[in-house]
Amino acid sequence: MWDYTDKVKEHFFNPHNVGEIENPDGVGEVGSLACGDALRLTFKLDENGKIKDAKFKTFGCASAIATSSVLTDMLKGLTIEQAAKITNKDIADYLGGLPEQKMHCSVMGREALEAAIENYHTGGKKKRQLEGKVVCTCFGVTENEIKRVILDNNLTTVEQVTNYCKAGGGCGGCKGEIQKIIEGIQGEKAGKVLETTPRWAGKLTNIQKIQLIQQTINEQIMPALRAHGGSIELIDVDGSKVIVAFRGMCAQCMLAEFTMKDLVEAKLREFVSGNLFVEEDKDSAQQPHNHRG
Amino acid sequence: MKTVYFDNNATTKVADEVLDVMKPFFCDLYGNPSSMHTFGGQVARDIRLARQQAAALLGCDPAEIIFTGCGTESDNAAIKGTLAAHPDKRKIITTRVEHPAVLSVCRELQNLGCTVVELGVDKKGNLDLAELKEHLDDNTAIVTVMYANNETGVIFPVEKIADIVKNKNAVFHTDAVQVVGKIPLNLSKSSIDLLSLSGHKLHAPKGVGILYVRKGTRLAPFMLGGHQEGGKRAGTENVPGIVGLGKACELAAKNIEEENEKVRYLRDKLENTILKNCPDAILNGDKKNRLPNTSNISFEFIEGEAILLMLDKYGICASSGSACTSGSLEPSHVLRAMGVPFTAAHGSIRFSLSRYNTEKEVDYTIQIMPKIVNRLRELSPFVKK
Repeated sequence: MWDYTDKVKEHFFNPHNVGEIENPDGVGEVGSLACGDALRLTFKLDENGKIKDAKFKTFGCASAIATSSVLTDMLKGLTIEQAAKITNKDIADYLGGLPEQKMHCSVMGREALEAAIENYHTGGKKKRQLEGKVVCTCFGVTENEIKRVILDNNLTTVEQVTNYCKAGGGCGGCKGEIQKIIEGIQGEKAGKVLETTPRWAGKLTNIQKIQLIQQTINEQIMPALRAHGGSIELIDVDGSKVIVAFRGMCAQCMLAEFTMKDLVEAKLREFVSGNLFVEEDKDSAQQPHNHRG
Repeated sequence: MKTVYFDNNATTKVADEVLDVMKPFFCDLYGNPSSMHTFGGQVARDIRLARQQAAALLGCDPAEIIFTGCGTESDNAAIKGTLAAHPDKRKIITTRVEHPAVLSVCRELQNLGCTVVELGVDKKGNLDLAELKEHLDDNTAIVTVMYANNETGVIFPVEKIADIVKNKNAVFHTDAVQVVGKIPLNLSKSSIDLLSLSGHKLHAPKGVGILYVRKGTRLAPFMLGGHQEGGKRAGTENVPGIVGLGKACELAAKNIEEENEKVRYLRDKLENTILKNCPDAILNGDKKNRLPNTSNISFEFIEGEAILLMLDKYGICASSGSACTSGSLEPSHVLRAMGVPFTAAHGSIRFSLSRYNTEKEVDYTIQIMPKIVNRLRELSPFVKK
């Protein structure tokens, strides 16, 4: 059971400004059915350039609906410049706070607002597009967006970033990259959440090397494979040669774009030792695959 | 406001008869069953009775019953205990739709070097036995497949699977937490080696479960420190819980068929009317091959948590496979394994009934459900008028 404030419940059960404005001055659409929440925001200006009316339609949980409702309330009477300054924190504060894991709802509100303002500036011609490098492919979150939530909310851990913008909440394969972005912004303040991340190995004994390889496979490689129905098994280590077997990879999955061998090799070189190379086990390749959609 | 409880796959009410038999063991008969004195020792008789009652429901020998702390403990003990007892075999076969109590254990063992195969399911949630046969080999220590799925109620052909596994000399475990008390079992005529159940799913209290271990099955002890439960599960017995579970088993054995008929009737009425009166509602799972008490319905274009909170306002308890209710960002792993589109998975609601539900409660709910669905669809940007 989520611990929602009375204000959240009030706006969920009796949301304000539901609907869509005809001939709006700005339209913002974010999210999707697949992601589990989506918001369509429309607004209209009066003759003085202030927001006269704002309406929303939302697919999502209670906090997504409540966030949309208060956002439309907050917008009324503001100029475009004033509206552009609203952060996700302002929206959450207006609701008396949101559970940490629901903060992404407030971010969705701010994103919809940004999209609507951009749509207004471009005269309704341009639809919002993702800009910059996509870090989280599961939820389509860009580096810019991650930086924005870190700065707006003073975030210091990967878990927080996931709560605020979903990045890292799918297969988890981008968590290392998110950690680097946090460190880049927060420096010393960045929380070390990936405590078990293997360190660059100096001189390793054979047994240490094998353990580190297994640990890297478990923590860095397996989550991504698992999210796509696959798996990897460490068969043997012979000097610098790492022999692995892949199981149950789905042919249509996104990861098929890379050759799996290269991905594993890159990770092992990053986390264990620069001279490792990967070979696929011939015997196990003959085995039947766990291949179902 | 009266509570309408349709979340019996999560937990159930303790039966009045069960509570009655438990009460003396808190303040009067509080002795330790291992004690030498009569005051404590006499309690061992009540545990013996509970063991017999449980064995009668399962159709097994009382000596094959190990009392545990919960269903999750039973699952952990079965899988880890089997792997530990068969150091020469390193493969586990399970399914993608298991409860986390099984899936997380398998994945942990995978990290420790075991090979884990997760069998897929089709759109209705059914397994393909040919796929199981393909993977089953001499290296397979254990096959663990749930008896029925907790989210959809879909029943797996575990007796058939148990026979297949037996032929390959592997151990077969089934998580039967959702099944015991709902489907008649006779383990003396089955090839199942290990079976987990949980007390609080069949009107016994929380904090007590059972692991059935067929005679002759090799299993490493899973709690050390005493001689209790044949040395497999040490620790002073949860006497009130065990006595209560025994009584709950007795009640279940007595009423199973009659109750199922009633529960099935109520479930069908609830389900059919909702599907009829709510447009764009889809049933998840196999309509025919299901537990009699479970119904899992997806409402398109709206989100599960919002539906649950609206239901909650009317005092109706259900659950959802949506991402938002779990605190994770992705919807139910069961529905995704079945290939239910994200759009429907986010809006899935599970109703699970028990013998304590009434037709009045069903009538009340089918009246309210369409209102909630319409209300949320008015808010949804995906519904075009």
